[in-house]
Amino acid sequence: MIGLSQVYALAGLVFAGFAVMSLRDAANPRRRRNALFWGLFALSFLAGDHLGDLGNGLLVLVMALTAALGLGRSGADAVDAETRAASARAHGLRLFLPALLIPVIVLAGSLGVRHGGAAVAVLVDPKQATLVSLSLATLVVAVLSVRLFRQPILSPLTEGLRLADTVGWMALLPQMLAALGAVFALAGVGAVVGETITRVFPMDARLAAVAVYCLGMAGFTVLMGNAFAAFPVMTAGVALPILVKVYGGDPAAICAIGMLSGFCGTLLTPLAANFNLAPAALLDLDDRYAVIRAQAPTAFILLLVNTVLMHVLAFPAHP
Amino acid sequence: MGSMLVLLGVLLVVAGFAVGLNPLLVVLASALATGLAAGLSPVEVLAAFGKAFNENRYVSAAWLILPVIGVLERSGLQEAARSLIGRLRGVTFARLMLAYLFFRQATAALGLTSIAGQTQTIRPIIAPMAEAARAAETGAPALDPAEAQKVRAFAAGTDNIGLFFGEDIFLAIGSILLMVGFLDQNGITVEPLHLSVWAIPTAIAAFLVHGARILLFGRRGTRP
Repeated sequence: MIGLSQVYALAGLVFAGFAVMSLRDAANPRRRRNALFWGLFALSFLAGDHLGDLGNGLLVLVMALTAALGLGRSGADAVDAETRAASARAHGLRLFLPALLIPVIVLAGSLGVRHGGAAVAVLVDPKQATLVSLSLATLVVAVLSVRLFRQPILSPLTEGLRLADTVGWMALLPQMLAALGAVFALAGVGAVVGETITRVFPMDARLAAVAVYCLGMAGFTVLMGNAFAAFPVMTAGVALPILVKVYGGDPAAICAIGMLSGFCGTLLTPLAANFNLAPAALLDLDDRYAVIRAQAPTAFILLLVNTVLMHVLAFPAHP
Repeated sequence: MGSMLVLLGVLLVVAGFAVGLNPLLVVLASALATGLAAGLSPVEVLAAFGKAFNENRYVSAAWLILPVIGVLERSGLQEAARSLIGRLRGVTFARLMLAYLFFRQATAALGLTSIAGQTQTIRPIIAPMAEAARAAETGAPALDPAEAQKVRAFAAGTDNIGLFFGEDIFLAIGSILLMVGFLDQNGITVEPLHLSVWAIPTAIAAFLVHGARILLFGRRGTRP
């Protein structure tokens, strides 16, 4: 059955390719360090399940230290803007076809696996349908694009590495933050934060309690980087005992709008690195927090809107 | 209940990010402090961190898309996106971003969260289009670098906002399932549909608020 392990094997091979390409890249003065970084990424994806917990801990420690020393950028085989513009003129709108084919394959693949019946479910793990389809799509479309636009056979690796080096050490941060979240959970950080919030703020009026819940979801999410971590703590601490039991609110409306208040926090926090920091690196922005700054006004207004919406909509029995 | 000491890790993260230390080292330090405060030995912390790192590999599997986007960029996709905007006269910065925001919210509401994204759509297509549209409006042949960076950051933010405030309308998205499961554990039965309809008012508000900001952003410094 095709599932996570096959996707991880493919990712491991791609990262191993990045490592080899880094090593061959004479234009990058830090090629050995880059090769080590991507090589360890490859090792994690290819053999992470056999390294043991401590082995994986050492692996991520070495990766983080290597990356923190500073990685270089690959430069070999890059084409200049003139060549790219000429290629764009030659191929015209056809260039968009592969880019559109990726979502089509993802869509067909995930719908096909979900509704394809038992025969397909044996072939592909239904729980990983989207990730498997996305991996398949990247593979198929990469091969197709190389042929269609007459690119060098190794260009998926060299060009993938060029983008990966644009992201640099930031490529590792989202996964490390996910691991940090697990350590927080192990140590019971969420419970302590939730307890502190509910003890410090007064909730003797309904609006105050609604505000504590909505702002608390956002603030907690900013600190933990993830609305899913904030939700159980804040909902068990504020929403259920006070908004539902004391003020008779509708749990569905309260939870749904509470979660969306948490999403406002996600837009504001560097700890949601995959949404906020990685794109800044990918788009070559000088300010690491530029995407957060662009989102912040929308996030703050929507947080206020959510608080008002909950106050108005979630308490039908006691208007 | 744990002691307040375990909050040390949270404080380290906040301080470290605020001061601008390398986030990878900040995360390591925070994990160590949190684990020690919870009574683990340094080796146990490293093992716990390694275990969680390994279990969260799917987060980094997202980078699998880089090779295909790289090949398309080498073939001139960004340049093609720019010149397409040059040929479509009616497409202003504001119209482009409004259309993308609507597209992202609507498709996410149908559960199609993976058909667009920062690496897949914003970097190779939408950001170059937005830059080209902005340049045409301001009358300059090319945007000055500071404005170009602002436009790219705004495009990236628009993708996140469209995604976040669309996806909860879909019944089977992770956050809805989390809420259903959590409420069930607490003895409250809620249908996924009841949660997802309550995501609609905020989704509309998100389109109005961010749409207004798109219009304002597009009006700055344009030719009269």
